[in-house]
Amino acid sequence: MNWQGILSIYRYEMNRTFRTLAQSIVSPVLSTVLYFVVFGSAIGSRIDTVDGIPYGAFIVPGLIMLTVLQQSVTNASFGIYFPKFIGTIYELLSAPLSFIEIVIGYVGAAATKALMIAVIILITSAFFVDLTIAHPVWMVTFLLLTAISFSLLGFIIGIWAKNFEQLQLIPLLVITPLVFLGGAFYSVSMLPPAWQTVSFFNPVVYLISGFRWSFFGVSDVPVVISLLAISVFLAAGLAVIWVIFRTGWRIKA
Amino acid sequence: MDAIISIQNLAKTYDGGFEALKDINLDIAEGEILALLGPNGAGKTTLISTICGLVTPTSGQVTVGGHDIIHAFRAARSLIGLVPQEITIEPFAKVIDTVQFSRGLFGKPRNDAHIESVLKSLSLWDKRNARNQTLSGGMKRRVLIAKALSHEPRVLFLDEPTAGVDVTLRKEMWELVRRLRDDGVTIILTTHYIEEAEEMADRIGIIDKGRLLLVEEKARLLHDLGRKELVLELGAPLNELPASLAGFNLSLSEDRQHLTYEFDAHAERTGMTRLLGAIAETGLSLKDLSTRQSSLEDVFLKLVQDGHSNEEAGE
Repeated sequence: MNWQGILSIYRYEMNRTFRTLAQSIVSPVLSTVLYFVVFGSAIGSRIDTVDGIPYGAFIVPGLIMLTVLQQSVTNASFGIYFPKFIGTIYELLSAPLSFIEIVIGYVGAAATKALMIAVIILITSAFFVDLTIAHPVWMVTFLLLTAISFSLLGFIIGIWAKNFEQLQLIPLLVITPLVFLGGAFYSVSMLPPAWQTVSFFNPVVYLISGFRWSFFGVSDVPVVISLLAISVFLAAGLAVIWVIFRTGWRIKA
Repeated sequence: MDAIISIQNLAKTYDGGFEALKDINLDIAEGEILALLGPNGAGKTTLISTICGLVTPTSGQVTVGGHDIIHAFRAARSLIGLVPQEITIEPFAKVIDTVQFSRGLFGKPRNDAHIESVLKSLSLWDKRNARNQTLSGGMKRRVLIAKALSHEPRVLFLDEPTAGVDVTLRKEMWELVRRLRDDGVTIILTTHYIEEAEEMADRIGIIDKGRLLLVEEKARLLHDLGRKELVLELGAPLNELPASLAGFNLSLSEDRQHLTYEFDAHAERTGMTRLLGAIAETGLSLKDLSTRQSSLEDVFLKLVQDGHSNEEAGE
């Protein structure tokens, strides 16, 4: 393994984050604060509790997941798309690095960024609501698995994308709606039965449910199924990466 | 000298069916400067890209320092530095960070002294903290060279290093290449400027339509090119060569108006004085005379044309 090479990519990507501090960190935090003010305080003050949890606290896990999903996909896809776009990818391909090492560097950095933002949001939310974390180890596990799986997805999107429009397509048209409809701001049990059934086809429901369980010990679906779902995601992502690695799809002639 | 790069039966056919490389065989000696000369689309960049790992070969084998580029890609690639044709550089990063990053990618631990010496040798040290996007085109190209040299490669590929570069910078680039060669780096450069190949290379390879038409020592090539022609325009048409001129290497043109004398410009005696004396004795009147030296360009064009006509004949 070329650890030095992996570390170089990781550091370079992290430096990019700090160079673009405003858009990398400040903007997701700001939008989360806005969600708190609007949903948590303004609307939440009219909602008593959901599943016995004050509404303001109830939305915290969903908000964190929303941001982690978006950030993982955006960071990883942009991270690998940018060198492709400006042409500097020649250097990655001519370096003594295997494709898997390149993936570890980019996905590692994207997941780290997403996790950093998750922690910042968690801390920010503590200023607005009383938070308890029932299962901290599971919370971290869910967060890690989600950040890694969706960074992998982002990396795949970055390899696939041929232009900036395609790069934004999946985060905007797929991830955001799935998260909003995935129970970030409500419990799936609050929906009419027909819509509950539809919701169970939304993979994000399982992620948010499991993550919320790690906070409050209540969930829409059994936590084992949530874990299974995220594992399937991770495995699917790795499988696609493996195929890209074998075929050099969209990166090598 | 041992070959540092050995290419055997290398071929590349792209997905669309385009044959970019056809049966390339080439050994590159350690420490030499090899210039690959060829028109646009000849396959120069594909050849370099294949050796460097950007393009997967269809068939054949390439070793760098004895390491196969596919099976031992890490060992092979760590010996190589690549300067691409296009200026591709991260616009927002600082010069020094970009160069350090390149070294890291090649698995080398940080070495500030080496990076400093590379940047100094390329006159970039003062600009080390500047963002890449603020640099001039020439400086950006030098940053690309610094990146390629950051991991102390033994082989450096320069793909069209002086394309679109002004005369001063071109001279600087040539100077740099010579310095690198003096340091023991093997250099392979592609160019379509014949002058450049003539100026810098130890050996010249001519490539066209994916085939390597010729690889020759530059000195030898230039020697072969050293042939000159003296063309004499006659005052009146001549039916046949006078017997007294038969001993000279002369030929009469079809219009019977011109005599062409071929001689070796590098030879101590060209025989020209003797020829002119002999002509004066025959009483032939001369209207004009001119000399013409064949250049690398002529050989190049002839080879490329021969290649094309052979191909047509074969079809």
